[in-house]
Amino acid sequence: MPTTVSKDFRLTESHIRQEDVVQLVTPAGVRVANPTFDPWVEDVGPDQLASFYEDMVLVRRIDTEATALQRQGELGLWPPLLGQEAAQIGSARALRADDFAFTSYREHAVAWCRGVALPDLLRMWRGTSASGWNPYDVGVATPAIIIGAQTLHATGYALGCQKDGVDTIAIAYFGDGATSEGDVNEAMVFAASFQAPVIFFCENNQWAISEPVRVQARNHIADRAPGFGIPSLRVDGNDVLAVHAATRVALQRARSGGGPTFIEAVTYRMGPHTTSDDPTRYRDPDELATWQGRDPIARLGLLLQSLDVDVDALDRAVTTKADETARALRAGCLALTAPEPLSVFDNVYTGAHSWLDRQRSQYAAYLAQFDGEA
Amino acid sequence: MMLQTSTRQLTLGQAINSALRRALQEDDKVLLLGEDIGKLGGVFRVTDGLQADFGSDRVMDAPLAESGIIGTAVGLAYRGYRPVCEIQFDGFIYPGFDQIVAQVAKLHYRTQGAVRMPITIRVPFGGGIGAVEHHSESPEAYFAHTSGLRVVAPSNPQDAHSMLRAAIASDDPVLFFEPKRRYWVKGAVDEDAPGDIEHAAVVAEGADVTLVTYGALVAVAKDAALAAAEDGVSIEVIDLRSLSPIDFDTVERSVKKTGRLVISHEAQQFAGLGAEIAASVTERCFDYLDHAPVRVTGFDTPYPPSALEDHFLPDLDRMLDGVDRALRKPNSLTDWKADE
Ligand SMILES: Cc1ncc(C[n+]2csc(CCOP(=O)(O)OP(=O)(O)O)c2C)c(N)n1
Repeated sequence: MPTTVSKDFRLTESHIRQEDVVQLVTPAGVRVANPTFDPWVEDVGPDQLASFYEDMVLVRRIDTEATALQRQGELGLWPPLLGQEAAQIGSARALRADDFAFTSYREHAVAWCRGVALPDLLRMWRGTSASGWNPYDVGVATPAIIIGAQTLHATGYALGCQKDGVDTIAIAYFGDGATSEGDVNEAMVFAASFQAPVIFFCENNQWAISEPVRVQARNHIADRAPGFGIPSLRVDGNDVLAVHAATRVALQRARSGGGPTFIEAVTYRMGPHTTSDDPTRYRDPDELATWQGRDPIARLGLLLQSLDVDVDALDRAVTTKADETARALRAGCLALTAPEPLSVFDNVYTGAHSWLDRQRSQYAAYLAQFDGEA
Repeated sequence: MMLQTSTRQLTLGQAINSALRRALQEDDKVLLLGEDIGKLGGVFRVTDGLQADFGSDRVMDAPLAESGIIGTAVGLAYRGYRPVCEIQFDGFIYPGFDQIVAQVAKLHYRTQGAVRMPITIRVPFGGGIGAVEHHSESPEAYFAHTSGLRVVAPSNPQDAHSMLRAAIASDDPVLFFEPKRRYWVKGAVDEDAPGDIEHAAVVAEGADVTLVTYGALVAVAKDAALAAAEDGVSIEVIDLRSLSPIDFDTVERSVKKTGRLVISHEAQQFAGLGAEIAASVTERCFDYLDHAPVRVTGFDTPYPPSALEDHFLPDLDRMLDGVDRALRKPNSLTDWKADE
């Protein structure tokens, strides 16, 4: 990524006040000037915006297809990202290949940006393996289901980068609900104390299952970090350009020894929490409608139009690609089969463990009794 | 190359210190993380002098957050480091419990073997030092119950040294329980002796009863064996050393010889390691047993105020009483047959 952003940028609380949500593109697709953040995305032209658009359409399609696969009984569960595409694409596309992301369960777009293969996105949800990919191949840890646990892992990883003397960073993705967990708060303490090169990226999608964000926080979530000594930004999470700019600011700070940054991406989960959830029980339809009016993909489409990009042609190309992606995802999913039974004993330990080895051989002998049976 | 064997008289605490020092010297990916482990050298002075010699980058005073200590160690392990965490006291491990059982223990499994968690978590454990509450607990069973963790407890300076070095070298996460009331006990330590975190040790040979224990109670059990010998009872004492996995082969061999089993630990009895050992030995040696396995343990109460800890902790007499029960000696005060 051509980073022409080596500005001597000092992010202070006076710079970013809590009332400010960084927005570079309005819901109507109008680019608004922002003297602080514009320089951070001055190299992002129509081509790159179009590639963001493609990413967002593709991951939305992946999400829809996975939801359908769950409805058809092919996946045990799926947590849709619908509505959060800009937050995830805008941030993940700012990362370098050697950076490392620690996510929760909803960051399918982050995984997509990092190059996770399509069927690997589904393995865990289909229940054919514990995690979908080798973290070291793609620079994304295996997703954390325990809320907030990964923020500490990111902090530790970032500490390791600092000790290694490299400018690699770690980024932790988590929800607004997670900010109530001790781990997230402890992660901020550690990150601030050691000035770890870590980005705390909170996708405030307004809901933690059925609990609105006000159950987690009286003030803006971004306001919490400065108390830990970590500067923070609130950014319009449905504005891919603003998210990209904010992430670049945080990356620059981390890479140059400036320490951690907290980003609150203000966004909205437009779908259910997971395919098991029924949001109509707790969510006002008007609220959903309001946020549908801020759809991140539509917004970027309008911006592209204003930049004289042939959005119809782009849409046709992207739709074709999305169709192919969905087909590949479905085929990949159906091809995922259960691993052989004794693999349940694999990788509990790195080597022998006399107790477990005994259980394995006993179970192997038990299974062998059925050999030859139909 | 001939290694100079260097046998020194060290306390158990010094033996651990020397093992940490060796590990820090030999592998620059090893780092220590814990509360007060730097200038202070830890509340038990186990890390004394290490920060002065290796710097605060390697011997890190952590914020007071146990989940934070373990969780950042997870991230460091992801990055290729081998963190050795110190939990200040047994009773303070619970805030880190989630990270240990849900993350440290499982990440290798969850990633199909791609990620290793060579994390050692040192925990001073057990009672007998007259401490206030939360400072004398024996939480080892929680961790032995967790697949993916290795759980060990040395009982003497030599084992403390060599087992810790083996724990740090292990690519599996290891809970390393240090018997805190033995920190000041001296013994000969060969600092080049190979470490073993798999096998139990027969520390006293005997023919009549097998007495299985670990940690601080090993010394008590050895005393019990000496005392019993005067009455003509021959106790074989096994120091488990590893609590996960348990070296059942060694226990089985002994029980097949003696036909009787007594298990002793400081931890509460209910769902403790004694239950597992009794069940496993019964499964393996039913035909050889002359009596049901007997447990001599802490009570199923919270750890009591220190004025009462002598009652709570199995001592020589309670162990001998357990031995009597296993031998069906009619004079045993706590013979459960009396209830019938
Ligand atoms: C420690 C823990 N407690 C509870 C849960 C159950 N749970 C799963 S998702 C969720 C809500 C999380 O909300 P938030 O952090 O806002 O993330 P979002 O799902 O909105 O992305 C809860 C309570 C869990 N996975 N882990």
